[in-house]
Amino acid sequence: MSGNMNLTLKIWRQANAQAKGELKEYKMTGVSPDMSFLEMLDVLNEQLVEKKEEPVVFDHDCREGICGACSLVINGRPHGPVRRVTTCQLHMRKFKDGDTIYIEPYRAKAFPVIKDLMVDRKAYDRIQAAGGFISVNTSGNPTDANSILIKKENADRAFAAASCIGCGACAAACPNASAMLFVSAKVSQFALLPQGRVEATRRVKNMVAQMDHEGFGNCSNTGACEVECPKGVSLENIARMNREYLAASFVPES
Amino acid sequence: MSNILDAKIPAGPLSKKWDNYKEHVRLVNPANKRKIDILVVGTGLAGGSAAASLAELGYNVKAFFYQDSARRAHSIAAQGGINANKNYTNDGDSTYRLFYDTIKGGDYRSREANVYRLAQVSGHIIDQCVAQGVPFARDYGGQLDNRSFGGAQVSRTFYAAGQTGQQLLLGCYSAFQRQVGKGKITPYDRHEMLDLVVVDGKARGIIVRNMVTGEIERYSGHAVVLATGGYGNVFFLSTNAMGSNGSAAWATFKRGAYFANPCFTQIHPTCIPVTGDHQSKLTLMSESLRNDGRIWVPKKKEDAEAIQQGKKKPTEIPDEDRDFYLERRYPAFGNLVPRDVASRAAKERCDAGYGVNSTGKAVYLDFKYAIQRYGGIEAHQKGLENPTEQQIYDLGKKVVEEKYGNLFQMYEMITDDDPYVTPMMIYPAVHYTMGGIWVDYELMTTIKGCYALGECNFSDHGANRLGASALMQGLADGYYVLPNTISNYLADEIHTGPIPTTLPEFDAVEKDVKARIEKLMSIKGTKSVDSFSKRLGNIMWNKVGMGRTKQSLTEAIEEIRALRAEFWKDLFVPGEAHALNPELEKAGRVADFMELGQLMAMDALSREDSCGGHFREEHQTEDGEAKRDDENFSYVSAWQWVGDSIDNAVLHKEPLVYEETKVQQRSYK
Repeated sequence: MSGNMNLTLKIWRQANAQAKGELKEYKMTGVSPDMSFLEMLDVLNEQLVEKKEEPVVFDHDCREGICGACSLVINGRPHGPVRRVTTCQLHMRKFKDGDTIYIEPYRAKAFPVIKDLMVDRKAYDRIQAAGGFISVNTSGNPTDANSILIKKENADRAFAAASCIGCGACAAACPNASAMLFVSAKVSQFALLPQGRVEATRRVKNMVAQMDHEGFGNCSNTGACEVECPKGVSLENIARMNREYLAASFVPES
Repeated sequence: MSNILDAKIPAGPLSKKWDNYKEHVRLVNPANKRKIDILVVGTGLAGGSAAASLAELGYNVKAFFYQDSARRAHSIAAQGGINANKNYTNDGDSTYRLFYDTIKGGDYRSREANVYRLAQVSGHIIDQCVAQGVPFARDYGGQLDNRSFGGAQVSRTFYAAGQTGQQLLLGCYSAFQRQVGKGKITPYDRHEMLDLVVVDGKARGIIVRNMVTGEIERYSGHAVVLATGGYGNVFFLSTNAMGSNGSAAWATFKRGAYFANPCFTQIHPTCIPVTGDHQSKLTLMSESLRNDGRIWVPKKKEDAEAIQQGKKKPTEIPDEDRDFYLERRYPAFGNLVPRDVASRAAKERCDAGYGVNSTGKAVYLDFKYAIQRYGGIEAHQKGLENPTEQQIYDLGKKVVEEKYGNLFQMYEMITDDDPYVTPMMIYPAVHYTMGGIWVDYELMTTIKGCYALGECNFSDHGANRLGASALMQGLADGYYVLPNTISNYLADEIHTGPIPTTLPEFDAVEKDVKARIEKLMSIKGTKSVDSFSKRLGNIMWNKVGMGRTKQSLTEAIEEIRALRAEFWKDLFVPGEAHALNPELEKAGRVADFMELGQLMAMDALSREDSCGGHFREEHQTEDGEAKRDDENFSYVSAWQWVGDSIDNAVLHKEPLVYEETKVQQRSYK
């Protein structure tokens, strides 16, 4: 089904990490409002391939809003104009016929561009490796799951924090390119659970140290991260992480 | 039975096999584990949990994945839940019952011993995940909550809202990253396995493409573990991720691993219907919705037609004119029949002209009744006397929102329709492949030292997988099965020492890989990869899909052959081989699907009966159910690659022996 929307796209093209990039203009006709944003880019790419040109490179995978692979800054906003929606779940009916749409990669020092709209977000993996876990090996003789009782409210809060998809929108939205929302979501998930309390001190110190090391900026409470987070991860997590971090700083190194 | 298909099932009664096995398996001591390298391909639930567990044991693990992070594999998209035999609900669950439901759900085409083990370790998985901090849903007493899934009459499904796969995978990923931090796992992101290196009959390494630079790289290890998921994208439209592919498994097949039951494909009943040609994938609506949603189509054809033409709304059809066809046909299981049964029933109604949507290819999944029921309960608990309809609706909506909120939001995003008000429209879509690489009880393929885990193998789900069992199997294989079985093989490898990647076998395989890439790049034809992928998908859906006949399958084989020839003559891949090139990545995957699709059709053609997701229209009972022929088809089909074309593939058979279960016609009535 083809549609009736005509659009002008201004897309960031950059051959590789070292190359200088620029915005290039593409005209799209017959866009269907039922297409997802990425399906619209698929159509553009098919047209480019037909013209023997190189298609636009972007990260994407599940297209169900959960894997966190898709990114993009659309008209200046990570994941585009609709709140609580990833780029892959954004549909063209949210745009108007005749619109000009600017599509750029995430901009943050710790997320270098690989090509076009694709960036390197491995910094998040390294932060996770620094402490984003509970130190428990796979046990052949684990304790029964219901032997740990967890207050429903805490379980629900931990879940809300754990619903972070690691997409990087928080850092991309932040004027300081701070990763605090991402890091605090992980710190909070574990801090709220009795299993995670055991090494809470170590965890928050190590994760924050790695975050600083990666070149992310500081949090200055602008709140842009919460607004742009496609999963609605709350700023309350940053407050909790600050408390955890402050408390940890009074505990001597073990 | 040819000797190579010895499943190596341990002796003894079914319930003791796994314990007996573990008590007698050969071990590798901690000092020797440090001398052994294991390559794990794929970091979904199976690969991620295997990599983490093996590293914890002390092996050196290298993990390869095509995504940019180990947290993104498509296990993450699993919504509804994970089964376990905990019996926290006191509704009669047990290891045996989970085992039995899985065997029956698979329509008696899976291996008893493997499935029993799966049921045995299922409870441990929940324990382990809770220890890792996975935030499962809980009740106010602080204990874990359960819900029901299809094919079972007990509530044994653990969940985290509609994001269970995400939470389990992130738990697994945190264990994985912990080992990365310790230097026991080396991650290779944006690396795609293109081939397997076999030296003296043993898997010794892999050839991968660095997807950022385009370089072809070699890695060696004492064992190779494939956990690369399923091949549903052979249909082009499926609920799989865009990058999900069968290429690592296919390359392994071509190097000597047998491919089992390729035609067993799961078509999931509750997906958002197709809207247009631009569609790139299909989105699942969790099976858990069938706990509370009722599926219906209009009873009267004129109503269905009016809806198709946009002249009537579903809310205008009174209850007595609605055909709740699953409840009508299967009173015992109702809306919770297994997936294959629910999908076929939807197709039957739509084919008969009762479908809704402008295409007539959709049925309703309606939450009106659940909202009323929950609203009533809430009103009672709050002590509201004579609550208004609106009050009941508001209270009920809140309960439904808490249970399925993210799914409803996703539905609204995609369709622009509010499912709290108008019933959801759903239609079956390709979701999971039960078939996969043949493995024995130890999860070893027919190539020594090469293992296959999770959806990538064939072993546990027979001809139809039950809901919430994929997560269970992936984690069972990775956390509990492989870490116990792999030492039986590696015990012989402690003196091998590091394996050089300069061996002539590495040279030879790398040469093949480079030659194929060169060939793909040099065709310089006129058609894009996606155009071929869509055409292949159409053939597969129409002729190797929900209903198959001898004629449709014969035609499919011919059409795929012709399409494959055209692909290799007229494909155009832009860009360069030695650089980041997503079109080239897709081209390699589609090239493999062009062969795999044909094998699926060949397998379906060879099975002259119907079972689970494999429905041969010639073989059905009078009331349209799958009609098995156990006398002739109670076996695992295991295909061997011979020569240089899929046309030459040879079928071997592993007979299925049922000692514990009474094999009977599956009934959900």
